[in-house]
Amino acid sequence: MDNLSSENDTLIRYRDDEPVDHAAVTVDSFLDQSSASAVRVEPGDDARELLPHLDRLSLVEVNFPAFGDGRGYSSAQILREAGYQGELRAVGDVLVDQVAYMRRCGFDAFDPDAPLNEDDLETALSRWPEVYQSAADKRTPIWSKRHA
Amino acid sequence: MYLYDQYDQAMVDARVAEFRDQAQRRLEGKLTEDQFKPLRLMNGLYLQLHAYMLRVAIPYGTLNSRQMHALADIADKYDRGYGHFTTRQNIQYNWIKLEDAGDILADLAEVEMHAIQTSGNCIRNISSDHFAGAAADELVDPRPYAELLRQWSSFHPEFSYLPRKFKIAVIASDTDRAAMRLHDIGIQIVRNDAGELGAAFYVGGGMGRTPMIAPCIKEFVPLDRLVTYAEACLRVYNRHGRRDNKYKARIKILVHEMGAEEYTRQVDAEFEHMLSQGIEPPYAELERIRTFFEDPLFEEDASADIDRSDPDFALWVARNTHAHKAAGYVSAVISLKPVGGIPGDATSEQMRLMADLAKDYSFDEMRVMHTQNIVLPHVRLADLHALWTALEEAGLGSPNLDTIEDIIACPGLDYCSLANARSIPVAQKISERFAASGKTEALGKLKLKISGCINACGHHHAGHIGILGVDKKGVENYQLLLGGSEAEDVSLAKITGPGFDEAGIVDAVETAADVYLREREEGERFLDTYRRIGMAPFKEALYG
Ligand code: SF4
Repeated sequence: MDNLSSENDTLIRYRDDEPVDHAAVTVDSFLDQSSASAVRVEPGDDARELLPHLDRLSLVEVNFPAFGDGRGYSSAQILREAGYQGELRAVGDVLVDQVAYMRRCGFDAFDPDAPLNEDDLETALSRWPEVYQSAADKRTPIWSKRHA
Repeated sequence: MYLYDQYDQAMVDARVAEFRDQAQRRLEGKLTEDQFKPLRLMNGLYLQLHAYMLRVAIPYGTLNSRQMHALADIADKYDRGYGHFTTRQNIQYNWIKLEDAGDILADLAEVEMHAIQTSGNCIRNISSDHFAGAAADELVDPRPYAELLRQWSSFHPEFSYLPRKFKIAVIASDTDRAAMRLHDIGIQIVRNDAGELGAAFYVGGGMGRTPMIAPCIKEFVPLDRLVTYAEACLRVYNRHGRRDNKYKARIKILVHEMGAEEYTRQVDAEFEHMLSQGIEPPYAELERIRTFFEDPLFEEDASADIDRSDPDFALWVARNTHAHKAAGYVSAVISLKPVGGIPGDATSEQMRLMADLAKDYSFDEMRVMHTQNIVLPHVRLADLHALWTALEEAGLGSPNLDTIEDIIACPGLDYCSLANARSIPVAQKISERFAASGKTEALGKLKLKISGCINACGHHHAGHIGILGVDKKGVENYQLLLGGSEAEDVSLAKITGPGFDEAGIVDAVETAADVYLREREEGERFLDTYRRIGMAPFKEALYG
């Protein structure tokens, strides 16, 4: 596992670089202004609109207003598939039982509304010995191991 | 049938551990019920009227005797000695304690079974043709493709919090025995003009309160792109599916509102992009899976003779067996619809008997039908009489497959917290009425389906005759529908008119059946007559 650094009470990062120090703007204002390097994607936003601008982004926050709304997983996958290397942070109603799937979809930082219990987090992230699908985390899927 | 390797087993074992941990955190109060609910649902655990219900996955309805014995043991150990086979080819236990759920999952894992994704807003257990690998009319066995998709959809990180539940069916015959076009995705394995196998994708079907028949959005997806295409279908749905109204959140509404053409265009664009992402398992994986579904060693010159001198046996053979691809064999159906019984219920004793008979007479294999019966797929004609005799002794010999007694009924108000009306007693009274009047035989193929509310778990839209329980000022009331079909001649049933009370609906079904007996022409089923003469004569008889 990468460096686990804590910057405020709730922020958890799996990256070595310094966190971006300015606030994320909405997708609309990001597309309007050329200076912003942090953006916040809401569930109804189309992450594909960001793809032409990935090189000037260093932080994408994906908001989960309610944990049951899974659009943010696709937003994350889409950004990683397009080669986005910057920080991808899940914010909002992010619970320990969703973080393993979030990591698989390419999230490498979490800033949940309520702090995550460290032990539970550790357990959740080490739970799955194998994976069935190829996803943004680039873990080797079972089908690949079977035919290695 | 498919057997787990160390990877599959590791995944199921990890799931058991994960669920135990989640249940523990719930009991410690670290998880609220709101937070726990989607987690327990993804493990098939529902809170019903009186207790928890656990739904166990039976992938594409296939199981062996060891697994059926384990299901029987669970019924005895944790429930009240019986289980209920469902329209999704699964089994449900209705009297489960939350504290036991982890142990049950562990027991299941020992026989390569689980309750993963049998509920919740994720990709559910994949269903298929119950005569797969046996039917004379199939192109290939559809189950390897279902298994490939089962693995792809299990713990899918991107698609575990979809707008709504998502159901996939895979068939490989022009005869549709799996209600393929009433699924979120229906896949038919087909052969193209070049002789290659591929998959036709039908997307956006479903029952529920807004029934829709899925349009074909792609006539031919090559087999080595099956997973990629499915992934593209799901991604477009996850992006656009409605989240503001759970009654409009199924993919059928999206495809309908967006239009099949636009939906397909977006899927194709996503598919093009995904082809470069390397998400498709190698073709060798499909070939590996196929080896598990090779034919058993059928006897070369199995006798085609059958002694039909016993009329009861002859009737059962005529009704409850299906043509097999191997000479001298049939698929035999064990009816879980005894007259006056609860459709789809089986006691632990009956489960054990079915398991033992499968071992003795059907290469150790069984199937659960979506019509809530059990199939022994490969039975020698020479063994049929012995099989039937054993079934008769156990009360499992009802010769009523596809007749008006072969009713699909959802759990209804006896169990389900969403129900408006009871389904089970209505099914019981109808089967008793027709068995007593002797009209079952005269009516021939007649599919009757009952749902206790508009959610349509009993597939009432797809019944030749459908019954829908509604709430009329606090009193149970039943609407009658006619003309539905879930088969290759798929259609949605229409409501006849004002509803009936419980006694009235039984009379109304008989009235509709009598109209058919009066009006039918040579060779017509109830459905054919209805399609020819229309609703008017039925209305006249019911309300005139
Ligand atoms: S149709 Fe309604 S009553 Fe029947 S099981 Fe489904 S939700 Fe319950």
